[in-house]
Amino acid sequence: MNTTTSLEKKLKAHFGDLITNIVVQHGELTAEVAPENWQQVCTQLRDDAQFSFEQLIDLCGIDYLTFGEGEWNTDDVSSTGFSRGISVKGPGRFSWEERETELMEKRFAAVVHLLSIKHNNRIRLKCFAPDTGVLAVPSLVKVWAGADWFEREAFDLFGIIFIGHPDLRRILTDYGFIGHPFRKDFPLIGNVEVRYDEEKGRVVYEPVSIEPRVTIPKTIRKDARYAENQEQLEGDS
Amino acid sequence: MSEIKNYTINFGPQHPAAHGVLRLILEMDGEVIVHADPHVGLLHRGTEKLAESKPFNHSIGYMDRLDYVSMMCNEHGYVRSIEKLLNIDAPIRAQYIRTMFDEITRILNHLMWIGTHGLDLGAMTLFLYAFRERELLMDLYEAVSGARMHATYYRPGGVYRDLPDYMPKHAESKWTKGKTLKDINSWREGTMLDYVEHFTNYFPEKIAEYNTLLTDNRIWKQRTVGIGVVSPERALQLGFTGPMLRGSGIEWDLRKKQTYAAYDKVDFDIPVGVNGDCYDRYLVRMEEMTQSNKIIKQCVKWLKDNPGPVMLDDYKVAPPSRVMMKSDMESLIHHFKLFTEGYTVPKGEAYAAVEAPKGEFGVYLVADDSNKPFRMKVRAPGFAHLSAMNEMVKGSMLADVVSVIGTMDIVFGEIDR
Repeated sequence: MNTTTSLEKKLKAHFGDLITNIVVQHGELTAEVAPENWQQVCTQLRDDAQFSFEQLIDLCGIDYLTFGEGEWNTDDVSSTGFSRGISVKGPGRFSWEERETELMEKRFAAVVHLLSIKHNNRIRLKCFAPDTGVLAVPSLVKVWAGADWFEREAFDLFGIIFIGHPDLRRILTDYGFIGHPFRKDFPLIGNVEVRYDEEKGRVVYEPVSIEPRVTIPKTIRKDARYAENQEQLEGDS
Repeated sequence: MSEIKNYTINFGPQHPAAHGVLRLILEMDGEVIVHADPHVGLLHRGTEKLAESKPFNHSIGYMDRLDYVSMMCNEHGYVRSIEKLLNIDAPIRAQYIRTMFDEITRILNHLMWIGTHGLDLGAMTLFLYAFRERELLMDLYEAVSGARMHATYYRPGGVYRDLPDYMPKHAESKWTKGKTLKDINSWREGTMLDYVEHFTNYFPEKIAEYNTLLTDNRIWKQRTVGIGVVSPERALQLGFTGPMLRGSGIEWDLRKKQTYAAYDKVDFDIPVGVNGDCYDRYLVRMEEMTQSNKIIKQCVKWLKDNPGPVMLDDYKVAPPSRVMMKSDMESLIHHFKLFTEGYTVPKGEAYAAVEAPKGEFGVYLVADDSNKPFRMKVRAPGFAHLSAMNEMVKGSMLADVVSVIGTMDIVFGEIDR
């Protein structure tokens, strides 16, 4: 905990406005960096002796669409029936594809987890892709060579483009896959299914035939036991 | 003289030395590798997306199926991440049980690794020996959870149940009866901990056996010494963790440096390599088995002396006992809510990592006050290791690819997720 707070101080002193929204929670430090400063901040975090984050442990994408939206009404009791389901919300539930998609300002982010072996420290940095049509974040391959596949994965699953990546190909999904499956508006059941066609003598792709189903709805409850921590957290940021 | 062009060969996905479904596109100049391009994702199941669609506890079983030879370590990473978000801690006995099973898992994993690595490089006997010992440990998984591999034993707030008082015995059959039957059941007379103790006394001898087969073996050394060398600087750059990092001479082990469970209360050493080649990584892993055995021994002693609860006494995250559920209204409600809806996790994000046998296995969770994770990301050690494939094999011979795949200890369950 102490190392985290001292790290927070050092970050504020060294980077000033380059790093924003510093949050310390569960003994972990999270901060945001704008895409234009992304490479510069990361290079300094690696090279500066007071940080020396030698390792990029993880890089992943996040899609913040539907963050904090439940599928089950917990505040109100329905006057017309027993159902508490909230329709047209939540991936895979009800008519998700007919949902109006509003533009979100901060929807996609690349999140990195860095580790300093020298100081035995960790830090989490977020870089929100700007909402200008092309989701682009600068690549970190030149800073940490290990970012290569992690960025390919985030591109494959979320469609975030890493500018400057030497070989940005799909990595986990099938050859010729369409779409970015980990986006919240990509259906859980997928779009296509495969089967072996005896007449054609090869595997064929067909539109998916199963129905989407949710057995346990996503339920939001603001638990009173955590209220104190949450207020503190919101006060901090 | 005719001009010789580079040619491309396809290694896998159906190749016994590809350790699962690795497809390697190798560009060759004669027998020298010019470029290696691993194609992964043939086992991609979208575990993370699935986890986002169900309550937290439902995904514990998915963790077993990631790195399917070190099952409980994966569960540990996941439940630790949830515990961090909920701000709860498992009771001390559960911590010791987790430590013991993490180490049992490490031995399981390393036995699998040495068996297949040996087999790939031409040491057939070792494979049979390693699987003989693996079977003994698999019985422990079965005794404690009912499943040989996919245990789902760790839960947020502790472990599913306390260690059993007895070990199931082998039944009489046409082939095992009389003295043979008595011999194979001799370990199983006491409690499960007695069985584990028997194992820890038996295992050092077996490690010595593996060592006689390989450590000074000329063929083994020819296939591993000086192959797949990674400098410490490159190992850090490439995101290596676990034995891959320690083999290059960097002393880094989460069990010591960012301690969790009961690792701060047991005594063990971290083996470190010097040259960063396949042989050093082999030595590191062999020594890790000895150290794991030592940790298990200490855990058995502590667990025998200290009975106590193994699950948190908090019905918001842990189910009440069957007796309580059937006699107490409050417990019944808790039980119902827990199994129909699950618990809700306060808004926030947490990353928890454990030193899995292959390296740092971390789980990054983003919660939004709901009963399902908003985003779950599994940081699999093998993914980072395999991404260095091209760098490690470039310029070496085709046969060395097999050594390098073996030394990376890759399992596609965790790489493809």
